Amino acid sequence: MAITTTVNGTPHSLDVEPEMPLLWVLREQLGLTGTKYGCGIAACGACTVHLDGRAVRSCTLPMSAAEGKQVTTIEGLAQQGTLHAVQQAWVAHQVPQCGYCQSGMIMAVAGLLAQTPAPTDDEIDTRLTNICRCGTFVRVRAAIHAAARAGATS
Amino acid sequence: MNKWTRRAFIGAGTITGGGFLLGVAGFTFAPSRHSLVSADGQARGQLTTWITINPDNVTTILIPHCEMGQGTPTALAIMAAEELEADWTLVRVAEAPALDAYANGYIVRAAGGGYVPAVLGRGVDYGAFKLVEWFGFQVTGGSTAVRSTGEYGMRVAGAAAKQMLVEAAAAQWGVPAPECVAKASRVTHAASNRSSTFGALAQAAAGRAVPTSPALKSADSFTIRRTSPQRLDIPAKVDGSAMYAIDFSTPGMLYAAIEMAPVFGGTLVSVDPTPAEAMPGVKKVVQLTEAVAVVADSFWRARRALAALAPQFSDAGHGGVSTESIFAAFDAALGAPPAVPKDAAKVVTADYRAPFLAHATMEPMVCTAKVEGGRAEVWTGVQDPLNARSTAAKALGIDAASVTLTNLLLGGGFGRRLPFTFDYVDLGVRVAQAMSPVPVKTIWTRENDLQHDYYRGAALSRHAGALDASGRPLAAHSTYTGGGNGEAVFMPYAIADMEADEKEAKHPIRPGQWRSVLNSQHGFFKESFIDELAHAAGTDPFEFRRSLLVEQPRFKAALEKAAALSGWGTPLPAGEGRGIAICESFGTIVAEVAHVAVSPDGQLKVKHVYAAVDCGDVVHLDGATAQVEGGIIFALSAALLSEITIAEGRVVQKNFRDYPMIHIADAPHVTTAFLRSDAPLGGLGEPCVPPLAPALTNAIYAACGVRVRELPVRKTPLTRSV
Repeated sequence: MAITTTVNGTPHSLDVEPEMPLLWVLREQLGLTGTKYGCGIAACGACTVHLDGRAVRSCTLPMSAAEGKQVTTIEGLAQQGTLHAVQQAWVAHQVPQCGYCQSGMIMAVAGLLAQTPAPTDDEIDTRLTNICRCGTFVRVRAAIHAAARAGATS
Repeated sequence: MNKWTRRAFIGAGTITGGGFLLGVAGFTFAPSRHSLVSADGQARGQLTTWITINPDNVTTILIPHCEMGQGTPTALAIMAAEELEADWTLVRVAEAPALDAYANGYIVRAAGGGYVPAVLGRGVDYGAFKLVEWFGFQVTGGSTAVRSTGEYGMRVAGAAAKQMLVEAAAAQWGVPAPECVAKASRVTHAASNRSSTFGALAQAAAGRAVPTSPALKSADSFTIRRTSPQRLDIPAKVDGSAMYAIDFSTPGMLYAAIEMAPVFGGTLVSVDPTPAEAMPGVKKVVQLTEAVAVVADSFWRARRALAALAPQFSDAGHGGVSTESIFAAFDAALGAPPAVPKDAAKVVTADYRAPFLAHATMEPMVCTAKVEGGRAEVWTGVQDPLNARSTAAKALGIDAASVTLTNLLLGGGFGRRLPFTFDYVDLGVRVAQAMSPVPVKTIWTRENDLQHDYYRGAALSRHAGALDASGRPLAAHSTYTGGGNGEAVFMPYAIADMEADEKEAKHPIRPGQWRSVLNSQHGFFKESFIDELAHAAGTDPFEFRRSLLVEQPRFKAALEKAAALSGWGTPLPAGEGRGIAICESFGTIVAEVAHVAVSPDGQLKVKHVYAAVDCGDVVHLDGATAQVEGGIIFALSAALLSEITIAEGRVVQKNFRDYPMIHIADAPHVTTAFLRSDAPLGGLGEPCVPPLAPALTNAIYAACGVRVRELPVRKTPLTRSV
């Protein structure tokens, strides 16, 4: 039985097993490869997307849980060709190195700022648990604060 | 001494490419039509195209190195564009193809002096040395790209191209070339008020003779170097469009999940494919000598079907190997502590222990291949495309020339994707061969990745030192297992009697190159021990080191700078402490100070790390700073948390739950200062790793009196001894 879900504003009807993780449907069925596989156990956050506006880890989220929901991936974060404030801050602070974790990092931070527009350092520490092997955390923190300031003035 | 000169890179020859291409100054030692000017005259080279300028004035620079996060393509493009006098906004980069003509080993050979240094010579630059051995490859490693390809290739290519453009303009206008000025991708003749873009001049310039000794700019006239233009790879890394190996797809492609023999050297004994074959989407169960793979129409289906199998593997006789057995063998090999002078007033002994480590690149190993009719196409992510192409060819029993390899972005490298560790390419093409002519993408799970890495070696180091009655060190001796070299064990200190001897203790855990290689263990060993000597002497660890660096002005300056940045010597609250360490690796000296706090119940917080870096000069300031920050965080994660253990001959850890990484909450502030010296350019991808662990453990000792002699730090209780 097909599963219906909306991805970046486009409705899809997908003939896949209900237990197939959203990650692999996005990457292999829909060609949205910006969302990454890193661990498959929701430990690293490279696969983070938004489900009805909340950041979730798609590598362990079964398609059945996306039924009828709005999914936003990194490819859908910019609006009308304008990068999201978090993406802009990521460029301004030159955050990415290898960049593999950064789709998930950006989606996690966009989700955090949607709920907590001006997070403190403690809130960042508690809420952001994505792994980055290149060690970009110093810039990630600076860029989060910059994105929060931009959001407050926009 | 068979030393190559800069002149060797700029031999005469016509331009390949034709049309609007301007190509200059990339040579290999492959036999070809152009002679090289070299000291011994043995080499012959082939002109290749590194710089192209299109009529629209866009300059494209081909980079013979991969992008794995270190920003090398941007830095190398800066070095070429600076000499070319290009408008930086018109500069683009592309990775050079995996063809022999773009091998880079010859440049490293030149940068290394063109001769192989004595392995145990003091302070040998081991990174460059290894690459000399791999001469002829297309490797990115050893922190060499900027200081070799950039300094000896890109700069010269850019300067030659500029001279040719200026000469073309002068000829066109009938004016003396010295009156023409190149700037911002235009050539201008002020006296006659004429000006032309590089793009308009490129075709005429391409027909001119290649200058053999173009003038290079002096540092005080740099306009792009030492600044921080935005990295060229970053826009695609914030919108999901960056294409890594795992993202590649081609029509009709299938997916494979794989399980390798869990014990190194083991082979597949038997597997009943029936349970997998009955599952949805499964196309085939592929049996290889050392692995079994399931090929399906989706990776998740392939993986689910693989989990339904119960393959039996042999253990190659290594089933009894464990971390304990390996360290017992290390201990036996080292024996008694090294001897020190009998007349010493004080003798200090200590053992230090470093664990196996995995690279755990965020992108696991991936290889897509299509094998058909004696040819193969391969799409993967490697630190040496030419060598990986050879690996694929060998696995398939065909010529390298019959393999086309496309290198995509690397989701981290850290040494995992270097030559001799291309098992994922080897396995990937064999899986595809079994499905020929259907293309197959083999994706390693994180579990595959952690359990089948080429590991940073475990090591044990046994030290003995002697102080005289005034607290001055008389001797520092050590024996160690796990590998070493002259650079890794070198201590810059004025201690009359220093020795470090390797003892062999074999084990079957396959070794790899892990960011900073052997410096990662030896930095911890030697800079911990010098700290213990300082405390035994009753001297401040910074002042102790400093007093022994009088004859080493670059080391002394870096040490002093790191101390000054950190406020060394100023009072800290109870339970806080600073630790200092200094190491030279890959031609760069780095001093780091860690500032930590240890709570009464033993909880550690790394508050701040200060780094003073002497890499000669900096090419891309912000990119260089990012490598310092990244190197420190990478090293900190390993020092605090990481350990691969072995039981029954196999790796115990499976995923990030039992091989954890630090999060942003654990990341300290980082302050970076670059010292500009007249030393040749040093590397930056790796040198900030080695001093971190000892700076950290030395700080812990200062904070709570617990001397951590084993990594990772989490294994030692930090209950404060007041």
